[in-house]
This record gives sequence, structure tokens and C-alpha cells, in this order.
Amino acid sequence: MTRLAPLRPSASVAPLVLTLALAIGIVALLAAILTLGGFNVGRAMTALVRGAGGSSYAIFSATLVRATPLILTGLAVALAFKAGILNIGAEGQLLTGAAVAAAVALGMGPSLGAGALVIALIAAAAGGALCAALPAWLQRRFGVLEVISTIMMNFIALYGVGYLVRGPLQEPTRAYPQSSAIPDATHLPILIPGTRLHVGFAIAVIATLAAWYVTRNLAAGFRLRVVGSNPSAAASAGGLDVPAVTFRVFLLSGALAGLAGGVELTGVTYALYENISPGYGYTAIAVALLAGLHPGLVLASGILLGALEAGAAAMQREAGVPLVLVSVVEALIILAIVGAQAFLSRRSAGSTGAGT
Amino acid sequence: MTEALTAFLEATVRTATPLAFAALGETVSERAGVINVGLEGVIIAGCFGALVGAQGGSVEMGLLGGVLGGAASAGVFALFVTWLRADQIITGTALTLGALGLTGTLYRSLFGTTGAALTIPTLRPIAIPVLSDLPLFGAAFFRQPVVTYLLYLLVGLVWWFLTRTHAGLALRAVGEQPEAAEAAGIRPARLQAAAVLVSGVLGGMAGASLVLAQVGTFTEGMSAGRGFIAIAIVALGRWRPLGVALAALLFGGATALQYLLQSMGTDLPYQLFLAFPYILTLVVLAAGSARVRAPAALGRRNITGH
Repeated sequence: MTRLAPLRPSASVAPLVLTLALAIGIVALLAAILTLGGFNVGRAMTALVRGAGGSSYAIFSATLVRATPLILTGLAVALAFKAGILNIGAEGQLLTGAAVAAAVALGMGPSLGAGALVIALIAAAAGGALCAALPAWLQRRFGVLEVISTIMMNFIALYGVGYLVRGPLQEPTRAYPQSSAIPDATHLPILIPGTRLHVGFAIAVIATLAAWYVTRNLAAGFRLRVVGSNPSAAASAGGLDVPAVTFRVFLLSGALAGLAGGVELTGVTYALYENISPGYGYTAIAVALLAGLHPGLVLASGILLGALEAGAAAMQREAGVPLVLVSVVEALIILAIVGAQAFLSRRSAGSTGAGT
Repeated sequence: MTEALTAFLEATVRTATPLAFAALGETVSERAGVINVGLEGVIIAGCFGALVGAQGGSVEMGLLGGVLGGAASAGVFALFVTWLRADQIITGTALTLGALGLTGTLYRSLFGTTGAALTIPTLRPIAIPVLSDLPLFGAAFFRQPVVTYLLYLLVGLVWWFLTRTHAGLALRAVGEQPEAAEAAGIRPARLQAAAVLVSGVLGGMAGASLVLAQVGTFTEGMSAGRGFIAIAIVALGRWRPLGVALAALLFGGATALQYLLQSMGTDLPYQLFLAFPYILTLVVLAAGSARVRAPAALGRRNITGH
């Protein structure tokens, strides 16, 4: 299995100047792509800023709403990467969570009301964990590279949702490939009246703080860190059952991504359909890396990328810039981070190169 | 029934062709110790390059565009992985994300968002005399577009290169024992960069053959996981060119199965057929990885020497 060298928050290794240079470089590249695509750069950039933070509506009903699934999936990816697990399957785990939540809310909502909401969210997390369980088991039992197996699961989950919304979960008129709307009682309550911000954001914040506390202060967090940074030492000197710890973190990661899907369904879309996620699970990788895999910083990077997505949506509305441009920016962020870290660690380590 | 089977076999070879190109290239780079998870991005870049080239008027320009698109994206990967020594998996993931986004953005801005499929010149099947008249398999293997024949040649060429040339031996040494290779006067990073570029050229060919010989147009995200499937094919083919080609045929068959079953009429949901190649990938990885050994230094990033 390929393991990551420990990634540290870029703030501790990269001088502020470098961070600033990266930011300027990314903005410059974005401008270059916009120019190449023949868009009005000034208008697009203005729309980006206004859509992300130009008004209280933009902040509470766009940026923070989009940040919610990004924080939860970002947390899922950060914990997995920290333990040396390359879970690229947050997208599929999120979709599974959303599908399970829809089934529970539609099935139990009419009789149980708000109780069904709680069950739906728990079931969504369980669904996400189950979706991660297969790659986790394949890795533990057969040594299958989890990068590939989790990506395969993303496609399988996508076709699974496609089947559900045209089959068992399709709305009664059978006209559209989507489920019926879930009962009002199973909607996540609104957090700030007059906005679209729902309780899911609070759940994401609590999850972040809990993960931060656990990884910092508890033995479980120590195990996670040591297994990720040096598995052989964890096994020989620490007496840790590395495969067991890895397996559990993998499931936890899947559960968080599944919860993101449940929260998105009960807080935003209220119905299941194929395009329920605009790639949150992939953006999550950028969220986690931007946070240096630090659970606390995931909150900040999730909001930042939520702002980027909200701004990009405005850019599409006002300047006709395709939404997919966001993934280019995310890729640039990831490349800038891994590139800068590799460059800096190479400089500090000379050419001796510590083993991975 | 025979007609349906012939059509199935033809579809198998046709859908296997892009997979085999990509997997053959990935074989070269993995034998040198570099796993390119960004292969998906390389293929979509090849697809887009082929579209832009073919828009220029000819199918040859399309092929050239595909190769250039693939090589350029693999060049970015090589720069990060061999020069900066960045993590291969994360760099590859970013490459895929970026290439999908960039091709989508450029496609919409250059060709509009109407969604109308662009018509471009495509590669027609060429029947090879005598061979294509062989029963059952003749038409499947010898009434194909020219890229498929090129692929047959490349399978042999890559085999010859890896096993019969000095450069091929050096490349394998880098993938197994980079320190020893370096002590023997080989420059691992340089050789790895070259291997990644070769995989970029072949990944670009994969994209070009997908656009020019299979689909006939470009759609966003049309690579649809083929890059990841190709990586699984490399493991199934045990890092050997001929094995990889046969494994690609298996996956071509898994994809073509949906046409066969659709023509026969079935009650099974069609999403099951769409998901089948991905399920097969999981099964194959589980069955295959228990017994075979990957190149020893695969995925390592602490290789020195430029």
C-alpha cells in the first residue's frame, strides 16, 4: 500500500510569503484561464467575490450552506489521510448516505415525524461507513489499493442512485428521475431565521471540534496519527494492531461522508436525484489538504472552498463562466500545496530523502 | 445468434482499444516505479486534444492533438513527481480533477453550451483482406479502425523494449531497485520522467481513439473512469504487455456485454450493466493482487538523482 508522507499544516513549514505567492499565482492562473476561454475577467472576478461574501444572503444562504457538506467530507478525507488511508471515495459515500437518508425519511417520516430525521441521519452515516467497508476490507484482506477501489465505489454508488430514482424510490408520477420530497417533519431546522442556513452547519462544526479534540487529546487520536506517520514503528514499538486501526478509521471516514449526504438531503435538496452532489467528495480532498489534514483547520478551509463554490455559481449566473472551472482551481490548490511541501522538504532534507 | 456474437466481439475489441492504449502506457510508467493515478486526466486531455485537432479538419490532426494533450498533462505530472518529488497519488488525483475541469471549461467556452454534438471526421474500420474473413474472430480483430492495428504493433514493441533492450532493463531496474540502478550509473528521475511521458503519449492515444474511433464526438467527462480501470488492468495483466492487452479485452467484453444483453432483451436494470466494469475491477483487483507482485519501488517518492 502506498502511504503518504506526513503532511503538515502549510503554515508551519511554508513562510507567509510563499503562501501569499501561491494565492497570487492561483488568481493569476484563474485569470489566464478566463482570458483563454474568452470571458470578461473583471466581471467574472467581481461576480466571484460578490457571490461568495458580498451580502449577508451570500454568506449565510450560499457560502455556509455549500460549506456544510464540504466540512464534513473534508473531515472524512483529513482523518483518513492522516491515518495513511487514501480514501478518494467520499463522493460515493456521500451519495450512499443521501440515498439511505431519503429511503428512511420517505419510509418512516409520515409515521415518526422528527424522530425519522434522527434515524435518517444515523442511517446515512451507517450507509457511508458500509460503502467504505468494502474497500477497507479489500485492502485489509487482499491489499487492494484503496485509491482505485474507492473510486470504483464512486461510480457504483452513482449508478446505484440512478437505479433508485428510476426504480424503487422514484416519485409516484414516474415522470422525473428523482424521489418524492421528504415530509416537512424530516427537514433539518433552519439555524438562522430568514436564511437557508440549516442545523447541518452546526452538526459540521460540532463534528470538527470533536475530531480535533479526539485527535489531539485522546489515545485513539494518537493511534491514528502514529499509524499514519510510521506504520512499522506503530506495529513493532507501539504494539498496535495497524490493520485494525486502519480499518476503523476507514469506516469512520465513510460515516462522516455518509452523514454529509444525509445532511445535504434533509437540509438542502429534500429529495434524492442523481446530481445531488456537484462533486463535494472530490472537493473534499482540496479541503483536507488545504487544512494540512488538521481537523480544526478543516472548518476554515471548508468555508473558504464553500465561498469559492458559491462565488463560482454567481460567476456562472452573471458572467457565463462554467461551474466546472472550480475543479481547476481546486486542482491548482492541491498541486500548489503538494508542490510547495515537496519543494520545501527537499530543500530542508537535502537529497538524503527519508523513506516513506 | 451468430450475428449478435460477432457484433459483441467487434464491440469488445473496439471498447478495449482505448483501455489497452492507456494500460500499456501505464505499464511502462509503473515498471519504472511511477503510478499515475492521473491517467484519467491524461485520457480526458487526449480526448479534448483529439477534438480540437479533428476540428482543424482531419483525423490525423485529431490523433496528433490527442497525443499532444496526453503528453502535456503527463508532463505536468512528471514535473511534480520526478523533479519536485511530490506524492504520486495526490498529484495524480489533482491532475484528474484539473484536467476534467479544464477540458469542461474550454469545451463550453470554445464550442458553446448548447449540448449539440459536434461532428468531426472519424476513423472508419478497415478490413484486412483474408484475415477479416476468418470465422467469428476475423471481423472482430481485423475489421477495426487503424488505431487498433497500431495498438497490436505497440503491444509487441513495448514487450520488446521492456525485455530486450538496455533502456528497458534500466527502466525496470529503476522500478525495482532505484538505489542499485543509480549506483550503476542510471539517472532514475530522468528515466522515470521519460516513462511518464510515454504513458502520456499512449494515454493521449487512448483519448484520441475514444473520440475518433469509438464515440465520434466529445462530451464532458467522457473518460468515465477508464483511467482508473486501466490501472486495474495493468495489475490484472501482471505488468506485462501481452497480459495487459488480454486484460483490456476482458474489460472491453464487460462493457460490450450491455449491448449484447440489450439486444437480447432483459429485465435487469441497465444501471447494473453500466456499473458492471467497475464491479469487475474490484473483483479482479481482489483476485489478482493476492498472487502477484508489483514493481518493488512503485509509488515511492524518495528517489534521488536527476
